[in-house]
Formats: sequence, structure tokens, C-alpha cells
Amino acid sequence: MIDNLYLLTQAPILGVDLIIQGLFIGAVFALIAYGLALVWGVMNVKNLAQGDMVILGGYITYQATLWGYHPIVALPAAIVLMFMLGWIIYVLIIRRVVDRDMFTSLLATFGLSLLIQQVLNLIYGPEVKVAESGFGDFEVGSFIIIQNVRLYSLLLAAALALAIVIFMKKSRMGQAIRATAQDARAARVLGIDTDQVYAFTYALNASICGAAGVLVAMIWVIQPYYGIVYSIRAFIIVTAAGLGNLPGVILTGFGLGVWENVAGFVFGAEFAVAAVVIMLVAVLMYRLVQLYRVRQVVR
Amino acid sequence: MKQSTALDLRVYAGLIAFGILGPILFPDYVQTIAVMWLMVLMAVTWDITGGQMGYNSLGNVCFFGIGMYASAIVQISQFTDVAAYTAAFGAIRVEFTDAQYFTGLFLGLIAGGIAAAVFALLIGPAMLGLRGPYFAIGTLGLAVAVGELVAGWGYVGGGGGISMPVYPGDAGAGAWMFYVLLAVLALGTHLVVRWLYSTQFGLAINAIRDDEDKADAMGIHANRYKTMAWAFAAFFMGIGGAIFGNMSGFIEPLEVAFPTATFGIFMVAMALLGGKGTLWGPVLGAILFHIVKEVTWTYLLGWQWVALGAIIIINIVYFQQGILGWAQDRWPAAFGLTVDRGGAARPAAGEAAE
Amino acid sequence: MSAGAVNNVIEVRGVSKAFGGVQANTDISIDVPDGKITGLIGPNGSGKTTLFNSIVGYHPIDGGSIKFRGREISSLRVPDIARLGMLRTFQQTRIYSKMNCMDNMQISVSHRDSSTFSIFASRDTGEIVEEAERLLEFVGLYEKRFLISGDLSFGQQKLLEFAMALMNRPKVLLLDEPTAGINPTLINGLIDRLKRANEELGVTLLVIEHNMRVIMNLAEQISCLAHGELLATGSPDDLQNDPRVIDAYLGAH
Repeated sequence: MIDNLYLLTQAPILGVDLIIQGLFIGAVFALIAYGLALVWGVMNVKNLAQGDMVILGGYITYQATLWGYHPIVALPAAIVLMFMLGWIIYVLIIRRVVDRDMFTSLLATFGLSLLIQQVLNLIYGPEVKVAESGFGDFEVGSFIIIQNVRLYSLLLAAALALAIVIFMKKSRMGQAIRATAQDARAARVLGIDTDQVYAFTYALNASICGAAGVLVAMIWVIQPYYGIVYSIRAFIIVTAAGLGNLPGVILTGFGLGVWENVAGFVFGAEFAVAAVVIMLVAVLMYRLVQLYRVRQVVR
Repeated sequence: MKQSTALDLRVYAGLIAFGILGPILFPDYVQTIAVMWLMVLMAVTWDITGGQMGYNSLGNVCFFGIGMYASAIVQISQFTDVAAYTAAFGAIRVEFTDAQYFTGLFLGLIAGGIAAAVFALLIGPAMLGLRGPYFAIGTLGLAVAVGELVAGWGYVGGGGGISMPVYPGDAGAGAWMFYVLLAVLALGTHLVVRWLYSTQFGLAINAIRDDEDKADAMGIHANRYKTMAWAFAAFFMGIGGAIFGNMSGFIEPLEVAFPTATFGIFMVAMALLGGKGTLWGPVLGAILFHIVKEVTWTYLLGWQWVALGAIIIINIVYFQQGILGWAQDRWPAAFGLTVDRGGAARPAAGEAAE
Repeated sequence: MSAGAVNNVIEVRGVSKAFGGVQANTDISIDVPDGKITGLIGPNGSGKTTLFNSIVGYHPIDGGSIKFRGREISSLRVPDIARLGMLRTFQQTRIYSKMNCMDNMQISVSHRDSSTFSIFASRDTGEIVEEAERLLEFVGLYEKRFLISGDLSFGQQKLLEFAMALMNRPKVLLLDEPTAGINPTLINGLIDRLKRANEELGVTLLVIEHNMRVIMNLAEQISCLAHGELLATGSPDDLQNDPRVIDAYLGAH
């Protein structure tokens, strides 16, 4: 660890490289977290299967490459398939836990997460898989090498986020979602079919995860049990940034990507996951301190 | 009170009879039934905070792993250098005499319990400040974090794991010993927990479950009791982990010691299945869960884990109050609830205070 | 203790509290004399509950001092203040709704001197049970002592909450709208019990109340808040004839 820190002081360009790479990862994290913030804010469901949906999207991509297609082709397929799957999951499970206490929805989605993991494990086995994009690299200066696929991912993530934001602002469904998020009962009184809104929100989140999964499969590797870490990342970002704070989500996403990259380098790769999870605990503790300071008035 | 004591005694007698007869009648399944006792232990200790105190932890499995590793370190370090032992990946074989093995095991179990409880006392004040889903997510993160940290810790062999000292004597006798240890631990823990719920402490954690702000406002030492309750659970989970580690013979962080996706969620599912917040619910849930799992396992041809996820979802979504919770709603009188002057109280409940 | 004839258990001096930009309390001073019933009135949003919360320690105050039996408590937290012997009840009645009434009462004993290990005493000690039964009898809930408290009617829950507070043997009890939501036919009985608790058990009361008839009947000294400021303090008669109080209640700004 000391050696690595020393190395960083000796070659600051390495640090720049770590930060840039971190920003690229962060974009994907922010996208996943945005989906979580959506279901969390609109229907108060804390979706612990978030990361597993991402990995599922990744396996759709991998399947596409098995059939000889380029992974990017899987993007629309993943969006559509995951949307449908999200809707089905909503009807079968989420609809029944949406009004219950939050631990119920948390546990139900945790069960769902196990289910997705195990199905993927059965079909594809526990080995790590990758969907090779073959996009090549480009160099900045002589030290920093950026894979084109990361650049494209960043752009795609940004485009997707933009599309969702416009959708939420302009479309009728988007407006209904925002109304429901503010006050579900009032929305019902005004004739909004909140059940429909919930179903759509959950399905939309699933397709966001699917799209993110395509990017993940191209940039890194996927494995049936990697989902939990993506869920945890999404929770870190949403907890730190707060609900309904899109700029905050994006910024925190970038921040987490950088932290993860730098921590992975400094502490060693074997502590990369630990660094993420400890960040979760740290963020929760920070939130606790905040809460402590501005206690609500109790009637 | 009297009546429920008599009932409890009968259930204990039944469990002890099963504990003795079970492995005698099915000698091939000693290990399986031993794991059943471990499941009972997990569900019962989870329920201390989850059911009785309303703090639903998804990470209690970290106490299990901490206990396991603490016992490993204590048992091995008595006779050899742990770092060298793990670095050799099993190449170093330590021949223990019987006396060495058993004193090591004894100290290891105690160390396992104490290490887990101390860990709970250290992190409790901070973690238990989190409420509701944040506590659940935070503890899940904690368990994953501890597992990952141990996996990166070279001293204990990192992800490669440690071979535990081997039971001196024939393997069958060893299996029996671990069986007895787990059965006694599970039943003993339940007795302690039963006593705990009969004290003011039991009422205090129930009060925290029902309304923590009110408990604070009434001057109850809520923070202190929350941590203590968690440390109780941790202590027994730690001993359980130490026994299970020795029973397995080989431990490693992600699958054996800190399996959040199996044992970690099992304990929650079992307590919910039997009925959380009841004295016998977690026991019933654990036994049923384990039997169903073991019986159907081999017929599912690889789909067992998928089925398990489905069972957990169905359990939570459709049957959350659990078997005993359901029975309690249905026949409250049988649980010593509500009844005083017969059913007359309910219709008159309008404004009958005067 | 001081030279004056009246001994104050609570002395609030110049307390201010703002939430964000909203000034909820401005420079409020109130005395609660020992052994008496003191009232706190004011229109909705006048800062009564905020003052309550400041006294019992829910939030830090921006300025001023709060003394309980001569001791500064404005930096103490809720459970610490409760253990000193100052309890409050809630506007939205709060009880342990899944436990029966006896259990609710038993866990409400004073935690003033409880050491870490005394909590592991058995819950069935005769004294506590007797005391709990006596107090449930006092509020008229004895017949319902083994009912799950969440199944009680709202009025009964209020009575239970009151009995729980008495179980704690507080020096001072702060009641936040004890008659709100209670069937009018029960109000007289409740007033009677509050007075008896004050006289027989020696509990000093500080009562927020909307119902003018109730508070005029109950309190010996009343303070009126409006817009977060102290408007007037005096006997019920004084306040009833105070034009500023009448203005505040008739909605003049």
C-alpha cells in the first residue's frame, strides 16, 4: 500500500489516468443509480435486485455475441427484454409488496436477486464472461490509454440519461410518474392509474439496468454473482446524493468510480470490493450524523 | 404464564428426544441433523434483533464468520505460527495430541463467541443508529465488507482459506462430537433467549420495536439495550461459527465463513417462515426449512438454488407473518394473548373507559 | 431554593428556535412552579409544540437557557432528560402497540437509577405489577390490562399513555393536548384524573391545550404564545380578559 502511494507521488500521470478511468466507470454507476432512485422515489421500493438486473443485461449481450452479433446490437434488445421482464416481475412480486413495510420489499427483491443469480449460474456457469467489442484504444499523451469502448459507453450512458430526463419531463407517462412520486394518493384522486405507473416505473428501471448491463459486459467481465456489488454501488450513490437529485446522482457516480479506481490501486485489487462496501457503511454513517443534526420535530 | 411454561417444557423434551433419537435412527444423517441445529441457532439469534427488537439485519452472518476465524486463529496459534501455516497452504501438518486438540477447541469456541460479541459491541452503537431499510442494507454491506477484508488478509490465508486442526480419532466420533456441540448450543441458546424475553430487557427491546422514539422519551436506555441485544446474538452466532468451522475442517471467507447469499439470508427466511417475534417460530421455521431443503434437494437436479430463491420470495410476499404468527392471529387465546374477560372486551371497546 | 416564595421546577429563559428561515420560538421565558399545574395555550402554529420539544430535548435550541430543578438541561438529550424525571406525552398518542397494557406499564418504570444489569431482573416482581395494576385502575383500564394496547380505542390509548407516564413517577409531566380527539363526555373524567395525579401523586404538570374550557378549569397559571412569542402569562382570569390573548384567538394579526 505504501509502495503504491509512493508510486503515485513519483508518477502523478498515473493518478490522472486512474481518475480518468474512474470517471468512465462512474458514468455507468450513475446510470444504474438513477434507475434505483427512480423506483425508490416513485414507489418506495429499495430494489436489491438492481445489480442482478444489470448482470442479466450483460448476459443478454453475451448471448448476442454467442450468436455472432456485435455486442452493441444487444442494446435495443436488452432494453426491450428487460422492460418486459420488469413488468412481469412487478405483476408477480413487487405489486404485492409496494404498500408494505420497507423491509418486506427489501427482502423480496433480495430473494429476486438470488433467483436471478442462480438462473444465470445454471445457464451460463460460474465462470466470468466478456462480450468483446473490438473497438480498440486511443492514446492521450504517451501514458494514458483509453479504450474506445469506455468512451462510447460514457456517451451512450449520457444519451440514455438525457432521453430519460426528456421522457420524464415531456411525456404523459413521465408526468404521471412524477406526480405519483410526489403524492400517490393525490395522483389517484386525479385519475392517475398508479398501479400502471408503478409497473411502468419498475419496468423502466429494469430496462435502464439492462442497458447498463450491455455497457458493463463490453467494458468489464460479468459473472452471475457480481450483481450484489452493483446494487451496493447504486445504494451508495442514491443514499449519498438523495432522491430526485439527478445532478447529485451523476456527480456521486463519478466520485464513486474515481474512489473505486484509486482505492483499488492503492490498497490492491483484492480490496477493491471491500473499498466499495466500506464506502457504503461510511455513507450511511455520514447520513446518520446529518440526520442527527437536523432531527425532525416530533408531535 | 404457568400454562406456557408447561408447554415450553414439553417442546424442549420433544426436541431433546429428537436430538438424541434422530442421529441414532438415521446414523447416515448425523451431519445433516447437526446443520439443522445450526439453522435453529441462526434463526433464534437473528430473531433477537429482527423479531423482538425490530432491527432486521441482513448481515448477522458476519458474526458467524468472525467466530469461525477467531477460533481458527486461537486453535492454530497455540502450536504454530499462523502466517507460516496459512502460507504453506496445508503443507504444514500439525500433529495435535488429544489434550492439545481439545483444549485448543475449547479455547477456540470461547474466543469465537467473545470475538463476535466484542465486534458487535464495537460496531453496534454506530450501525444500530440506522433505522429500517438503512439498517438492513448497512448490515448487508458490513457482512460483505468483513468477508472481503478477510479474503484480502494474508495472515489468515486470504481467499485461500485455512485447514482446521483435524479431530484426533476416527471421523465418526468427530461427527458425533460436533453434532452434540451444535445441538447443545442451539438448545442452550434458546433457553437463554427464553429467559431473556422473560426479563425487563425483553420488554425493553419489544418497546424499541414498537416505538423507539417513545422508548427514548420514557427514558429507556435504548441505545445501550440495542447494542446489548445484538451482542447476545453475536456471541452465540460466534460460537456456532467456531463449531461449524471445526466441523467443516476447512474454512475460507466467501463460501464458508461469510456466505451472505446462503446462511445470511436463510436465517431471515427461516425466522419469517416460522413467525418472527415469537419464541418458537424461528425454531419451527428452521426445522421445517431445513427438512424441506434436504428432502427436496436431490430431486431438483441443479435447480435447487433457483427453487430456494423462489421459496424465499413466496414466503416473504405471500406469507410474511409466518406459521406461528398466523396461528397467533387465528387463536390468540392459545398464546395467552388478549383474553381476560372472554371476548366481551372487543365489542365494548368503543369508549368503555368510564 | 431561590429567595422567592415559589420554587420553580422548570425555568425557561429567553429560548429561541428557528427551523431553516422560520422562527418558531423567539425569546420565550416561562416558569413552571413546583407542584402546580401550568398551562400553555396559543393558536395553531404559535410554537407550543416546538417549545415542548426544546424543553424535553428533541432539538438543540438556538439561544437561551432551560433549567430543570436548577440544572441546565438545554444540551441534554431526550432519554437523559427523561431519566432526570421530566416526561412528555405526545399529541399523536404513542404507546407500544403490539404489547399488552400490563407490559406497556411494566416497561415504563423509572429508568433513573437502573444499572446495566438490573434490566435483567424478572418482570414479574410483585411491586411493579401491583403498581401497574393500581395505576391502570386509576385511569379505568384495569379490566383491559391484558388486551393488546393497539386494539384499544384512541381515548383509551391516551389514558394508557398517561398511566405509563405516571408509572415512571416523574417529577414533571408535559402533556401535549391531552384532550385532543377524546370523546367530550370523557373530558371531565380526564380533567379530574389530571388534577388527582397532581394532588395525590405530587406530579407537576405543564399542559398544552386547545380547549379553553379545559385549561381554564385545570391550570393555576397560563402562558399564551402567538407567532412564536410569549404574549402573556397570568392566572386564567387574567388571560381570559387580556385583549392581546383574545385578539390572538379571534385571528387578528
